[in-house]
Amino acid sequence: MSIRDFALPELSMRFFPIWQRHWLVWKKVAAASIMGHLADPVIYMLGLGYGLGSLLPQMGGTSYMTFLAAGTVCYSTMNSASFEALYSGFSRMHEQRTWEAILNTPITLDDIVLSEILWAATKSLMSGIAVLVVIWLLGLSHSVMSLWMIPLALLVGLAFAGLGLIMTALAPSYDFFLYYFTLVITPMMMISGVFFPVNQLPESVQMVSNVLPLTHAIDLARPLMTGAVPPAALLHIAVLLAYTLFGFYVSLVLFRRRLSR
Amino acid sequence: MTPIIQASNLQKSYSGQRVVDGLNLSIHKGECFGLLGPNGAGKTTTLRMLLGLISPDAGEISLLNLPVPQAAREARIRVGVVPQMDNLDPDFTVAENLLVYGRYFGLKDSEIEARIPSLLEFASLTNKRNAKVPTLSGGMKRRLTLARALVNDPDVLFLDEPTTGLDPQARHLIWQRLRELTQQGKTLLLTTHFMDEAERLCHRLAVLDNGKLISQGTPRELIEQNIEPQVVEVFGETAEAWANINAAHYSQRFELSGETVFCYLHDAQPLVAHLQTQNSLRYLHRPANLEDVFLKLTGREMRE
Ligand SMILES: Nc1ncnc2c1ncn2[C@@H]1O[C@H](COP(=O)(O)OP(=O)(O)OP(=O)(O)O)[C@@H](O)[C@H]1O
Ligand SMILES: [Mg+2]
Repeated sequence: MSIRDFALPELSMRFFPIWQRHWLVWKKVAAASIMGHLADPVIYMLGLGYGLGSLLPQMGGTSYMTFLAAGTVCYSTMNSASFEALYSGFSRMHEQRTWEAILNTPITLDDIVLSEILWAATKSLMSGIAVLVVIWLLGLSHSVMSLWMIPLALLVGLAFAGLGLIMTALAPSYDFFLYYFTLVITPMMMISGVFFPVNQLPESVQMVSNVLPLTHAIDLARPLMTGAVPPAALLHIAVLLAYTLFGFYVSLVLFRRRLSR
Repeated sequence: MTPIIQASNLQKSYSGQRVVDGLNLSIHKGECFGLLGPNGAGKTTTLRMLLGLISPDAGEISLLNLPVPQAAREARIRVGVVPQMDNLDPDFTVAENLLVYGRYFGLKDSEIEARIPSLLEFASLTNKRNAKVPTLSGGMKRRLTLARALVNDPDVLFLDEPTTGLDPQARHLIWQRLRELTQQGKTLLLTTHFMDEAERLCHRLAVLDNGKLISQGTPRELIEQNIEPQVVEVFGETAEAWANINAAHYSQRFELSGETVFCYLHDAQPLVAHLQTQNSLRYLHRPANLEDVFLKLTGREMRE
């Protein structure tokens, strides 16, 4: 272990050509990728929304479908950033040796990790927008406030990209990621208020829920979709930013220890 | 003149094992310098330290007059690297690989686009411009990797086993290109397991074993300093029995490897005359070469 591993990240615009590289790869598979972003969340939203919605009373003054729409945007952005940071990130770091090629140029690991976070957040942004367009087309949200969902998708993406990269830095192989998805991501989806309000949960679970990034994202999203200003918005934004910075720094330290020795 | 690449007393250990052990190197402008050594000798680790990708445990490095690792990033602006393992972008075409890689050096798209035709020409890949990487042969990939390493018109090239896995034609093409690069005044640091490659291409060589530099000099110096000038290889089923009785009498030194006896000597005439009378043995008389030196210095045992 070396003290240099713990140095603060050096930020520069050098991340940009790497981001451009990912963009060029993505453009080649854009159609399939957009399908992938959309199909799963929209099927769940419509299926559960119509099916359960007819059994359920109004939720917080909106239809169940509208309630679900806010959660759907958040968890689909969470998923896109996580998949990108874990599977695609690992492929670039390990399988394809893309990082190794880049490190031979005047680019540092700091630049690479920054580019990975920003790219994963870009994927979140794209999937967030795709889901939002469906929501708007279905008339599930009419408020201009719902436009704030776009920067929120980016922020959620940043937070989960950071967390995901910590896993990538620790992963011996792809199999490792299954733990993260089954032990972290899926339970988080259940207790962060995507499908039902958090206050339905036992007190102790609610306490856990209160520190999860997805809960804070949904606390912002749900009022925005109905045109309200989210209560304690700054707190929620601060929490998501804190997760982003934490993930960026910790994953960078771990990547340095993994790759620069 | 200060060397382009200088390392003094480099040390690197992995889990307590010394992988590079007190290495000193100085490589001058326009030189083609070869790093030889058996598998695991520490060649790649040395290159990675010189590039500032990993930090040495001790020792000093300067690359293009910049201290490494402190200013490695700045030094790498003027360096090209051909890594041991191909890491081309499989999602891209040949030309896209060059474009995307050039951007990492901060080059403008227009500058890179202007260089691509001559890079493709140099790598004999002009008509593969729009082919995807997975459709290329091993030799084409290696040539593309070389072209990619030249995208920033570097002053120094690091080439880690540039011809491993290539057929003779492809190797000869790469050799010719590397010679052209030294003629342009570029400095080359390459590793190889091919002694003929090292002998033909490199001005100077260093032999590494277990992380230690065990010999250094021009190919001719290495041969003259380390080994008798003549070699007679004797083979056949009875070679071993023959050697136990006769080899020491005719040669300064001999080694047995499988069914072949290698006799190292200053004057081969008496041995050759003797062998002409031995019907059950065949032999080959040749001048000593770098491979003989390498085997003498690093032994005939397999590594790892
Ligand atoms: N990141 C690492 N972690 C642990 N051990 C390592 C690491 N990198 C290299 N080694 C060890 O260091 C030694 C030297 O490796 P290196 O790759 O430098 O050898 P080499 O001379 O390039 O060999 P080859 O000719 O096979 O490419 C080997 O024993 C290798 O296992
Ligand atoms: Mg090597």
